[in-house]
Amino acid sequence: MPYIPHTEADTQKMLDTIGVKSIDDLFIEIPDNLRVKGQLNVPSAKDEAQLFQHCRDLAERNVDLSRTTCFLGAGIYDRFSPATVGAVISRGEFLTAYTPYQPEASQGYLQTIYEFQSMIAELYGMDVANASMYDGTTSLAEAAIMATYVNKRKKVYVSGAIHPHAREVLNTYCWAMDVEVVEIRTQDGVTKDYSIVKDDAACVLLQTPNFFGCIEDMAVARDAARANGALFIVSADPVAFGLLKPPGDFDADIVVGEGQPLGLPMGFGGPLLGLFACKKEYVRLIPGRIVGRTVDGEGRSGFTMTLRTREQDIRREKATSNICTNEALMALASTVHMSALGKNGIRQVAESTVRNTQYAIQKLKETGCHLKYDQKVFCEFVLSLPKSAVGARDALLEKGILAGLPMGGRYLGDENDLLVAVTELRTRAQIDEFASALKEVLN
Amino acid sequence: MNVPADLKYTKSHEWVKIEGDVATIGITDHAQSELGDVVFVDLPEAGRAVALDETFGTVESVKTVSDLYAPLAGEVMEVNGDLATDSELVNSDPYAGGWMVKIKMSDPGQADALMSADAYSASLDD
Amino acid sequence: MPNRIPESANMRWKTVREPRLIFEKSSPGQIGANLPKADTPEVDLAATLGDLRDGVEWPEVSELEVMRHFVNLSHINYGIETGFYPLGSCTMKYNPRINEVTAGLSGFRNIHPLMPEDTVQGALEVICGVKEYLMEITGFYEITQQPVAGAHGEMTCLMLIKAFHAANGEGDKRTVVLIPDSAHGTNPASAARCGYDVKSIPTDAEGNTDLVALEAALDDTVAAFMVTNPSTLGLFEPNIERVCELVHAVGGQVFCDGANMNAMVGTTRPGDHGFDCMHLNLHKTFSTPHGGGGPGCGAIGLQEHLAKFMPAPVVTRGEFEVFLDYDRPDSIGRVSSFYGQFLMAVRALTYLMAYGKEGLPNISRYAVLNANYVKARLADVLPAAHDRPCMHECVLTASKYKKLGVRALDISKRLIDHGFHPPTNYFPLIVPEAMMIEPTETESKETLDRFCDAMIAICKEAEEDPDALHNAPATQIVGRLDEARAVKFLDVKYKKESEEPVSV
Repeated sequence: MPYIPHTEADTQKMLDTIGVKSIDDLFIEIPDNLRVKGQLNVPSAKDEAQLFQHCRDLAERNVDLSRTTCFLGAGIYDRFSPATVGAVISRGEFLTAYTPYQPEASQGYLQTIYEFQSMIAELYGMDVANASMYDGTTSLAEAAIMATYVNKRKKVYVSGAIHPHAREVLNTYCWAMDVEVVEIRTQDGVTKDYSIVKDDAACVLLQTPNFFGCIEDMAVARDAARANGALFIVSADPVAFGLLKPPGDFDADIVVGEGQPLGLPMGFGGPLLGLFACKKEYVRLIPGRIVGRTVDGEGRSGFTMTLRTREQDIRREKATSNICTNEALMALASTVHMSALGKNGIRQVAESTVRNTQYAIQKLKETGCHLKYDQKVFCEFVLSLPKSAVGARDALLEKGILAGLPMGGRYLGDENDLLVAVTELRTRAQIDEFASALKEVLN
Repeated sequence: MNVPADLKYTKSHEWVKIEGDVATIGITDHAQSELGDVVFVDLPEAGRAVALDETFGTVESVKTVSDLYAPLAGEVMEVNGDLATDSELVNSDPYAGGWMVKIKMSDPGQADALMSADAYSASLDD
Repeated sequence: MPNRIPESANMRWKTVREPRLIFEKSSPGQIGANLPKADTPEVDLAATLGDLRDGVEWPEVSELEVMRHFVNLSHINYGIETGFYPLGSCTMKYNPRINEVTAGLSGFRNIHPLMPEDTVQGALEVICGVKEYLMEITGFYEITQQPVAGAHGEMTCLMLIKAFHAANGEGDKRTVVLIPDSAHGTNPASAARCGYDVKSIPTDAEGNTDLVALEAALDDTVAAFMVTNPSTLGLFEPNIERVCELVHAVGGQVFCDGANMNAMVGTTRPGDHGFDCMHLNLHKTFSTPHGGGGPGCGAIGLQEHLAKFMPAPVVTRGEFEVFLDYDRPDSIGRVSSFYGQFLMAVRALTYLMAYGKEGLPNISRYAVLNANYVKARLADVLPAAHDRPCMHECVLTASKYKKLGVRALDISKRLIDHGFHPPTNYFPLIVPEAMMIEPTETESKETLDRFCDAMIAICKEAEEDPDALHNAPATQIVGRLDEARAVKFLDVKYKKESEEPVSV
């Protein structure tokens, strides 16, 4: 039996202590008609060598982006992550711990969470960050629901340029809570029609850089929120804010984001890391866990989960959210990543991204394609091709290049639109190769 | 447990002090000791109308939240602003500095239904 | 003597007597990573991006300091690989290391969720593989892994139920969700997140759902009954079929909280009990690591009548390949970014394949054996709340020590001094001074004996020297923390000494 250590002698002694004859006797309360008869219809057990081979074979059926040049982004980015991240999060003391309900035996994790909160709050220019949410999309939905608690309004105004998946999750959460979602229309790749925001607005939600890669004007969105007594919520790519003025400088009430670019693998989209930060006046309404610093009986500094009465295990149906488990290990990964980068590293990564992106724009324009939107961008842009983006993407994949996301259908664009992302990992040679391969494919 | 004789009490551990048509309300010594260190008190705005047995606020310790129930109907005249910064007054001085709201009673007759100190003390012994 | 630190105590914290924040180790100009250098032309950043910020005040430390910082912090943290972790309701079993190896394969780590489906067939096969195992283990018609944690799975199930009632024209009428008084807090919180009113159903003296109270509460306003089976008391609900029948008779749906699935794997299938849907915690039952509080991994199982409302896209096995089915007009929509916690699914699949059809029943069988063994060994010092065979966990009560001034929490804190993680305390709420112990199947008799010996010694100490328990733990880097202060003087973000901490 893998992982189950009982010898026959142990089992017998244990049964004797309990006072029963067999393990079956311990299941007498399960009605006989509900017992599984015989074996389940699943494959036979595999030994460890077989497990590895089987999984390796499955993994090899995927196109491995460590060997294919990736220009696909759309919320999940192929970014550099130092080896230190994996080394730390694979330590059993972290990997196999539970939620730090016993702070005396969990000081290591609690301190890393405090450091995580501090770094995220600093990045976004906010007072307080929580210990993490599931992912960027649920974090955004939770922010919208939190706004409805703050001002007791049931209508959410959201930019038409947020990630379509985030919009779908928002719709699902709001439907369940009977909250109406109203879209603010875009023009030329940025959010425009703020005039529809009315004084029934719980919040105005903006993503920047938005789904098209364009940098939004946070001041305009904020003014629309303020004029109507609504909260201003920003969904913000963390790496972009290594250079851009943070949402806190624009008086954002809540800032959320997807933390994957801060040291997490793409991993087919999971696990991810939801970032959540807000102004201190809303701290009692924050969903999820928060770690604070305090002292013990002898005055020694220590960390513990705090403001616990917001949470589901205490406040039950009146809790600020139903979230319990969060993404602690991914938050730890990003804490290591942020510590490794530091003040200079995050700037360097963001700057390299901008340089590579601008170079790619220049080279790709030379292929006969054009930029769909003439806006400021950070690492991503919409390229309009003279023909089908799906066809071009598939042809380029044959040449070892994943060109981006075709936007026709579900992704807010036309058949010929391709969403291209360029990170700090791309090189001049890769970008040149992309441009020349694209040119070939288009001709 | 301290149960002052001149106050009235509820089953949900609020105390009530009646002066004319004004009732001052807080939580009892027993209630604060069960809660442990009080860290936050959420009180209504002055001017709000409350119905009998309506939840008018909450009191929080580190690991519990208790609702506060209105022992009498009326309008909230005043709330204890000191509790916003000194919530521990609920622990240290539950019957004076730890008072929570003053209500102008709309039906002073409701006070007759409240428990006496003796009755409340007896209920704690059960 | 009683205050002597037990020899078994974890003393490794000596390496980090005074942990400092990483911010306090910062020296301007240092960097802890060998980053990619751009070879593309420089650009005017302000002209390209607009308004730029001042620097991000993250710590500046060398790569070695980064490793030392976090490795030293790991020394003051307790995981399953450190020692026994009998935290009830959390199923802290061994997380096999081979799972980390398979989840670390480049072909899984380095794939993007929006790649063409024919380039990620291996990944879709993993999701399908987990789904097929779970369908067989639970007996449900469909499984979706889009919910990313247990509470998220509960909420998704209630959303499906809401959509089901709405489709039957009963959306406005069915506004109430019934929940036992022994339930996890996530149940009522998830119900509230779906706009439902919550009504509590009492537990009877034997620890089962009070059927009389349930019948009295059932009417056509009931949308669902959320049942944890085995219950949070660690007891199997023998009347579960009857419970489901009663709820179905008034048109309600029955949700199974699957936190306790570890008691049932290979032995009994919730899908056969009459449940309409359930959530699973792959991070409990199927060994994906808890990671200090996440990622979770919350699949849900559904009967056929709820399947059309599942979150899209649905990972579906076609004739030649696995595909993402977006053509789901009745779907409630997405509940998370992509397809769930994929790299956790790789771990779960590895685990499921390791047991296979021969081994899966042993998970529940030895989990139940271990819990009953602990219950039997501790019967004299900490009696069980209910005198019945328990399932995968036992709920004991420490109420007889209360008159000595010793609470369940004190016993738990003293356990830390003996080198063990404490059990869950004060839950379920209906058991006074509850200590909920879940040993899991991966612990040996030897470990359980050491744990039980420690518990018996502590209970003796409670009678002879209660203060030793009040002052516990004495072996960790900190003692009991002032949690009231943590709330009142909220310090949740590092500030340089010259700045005021964030407070409310």
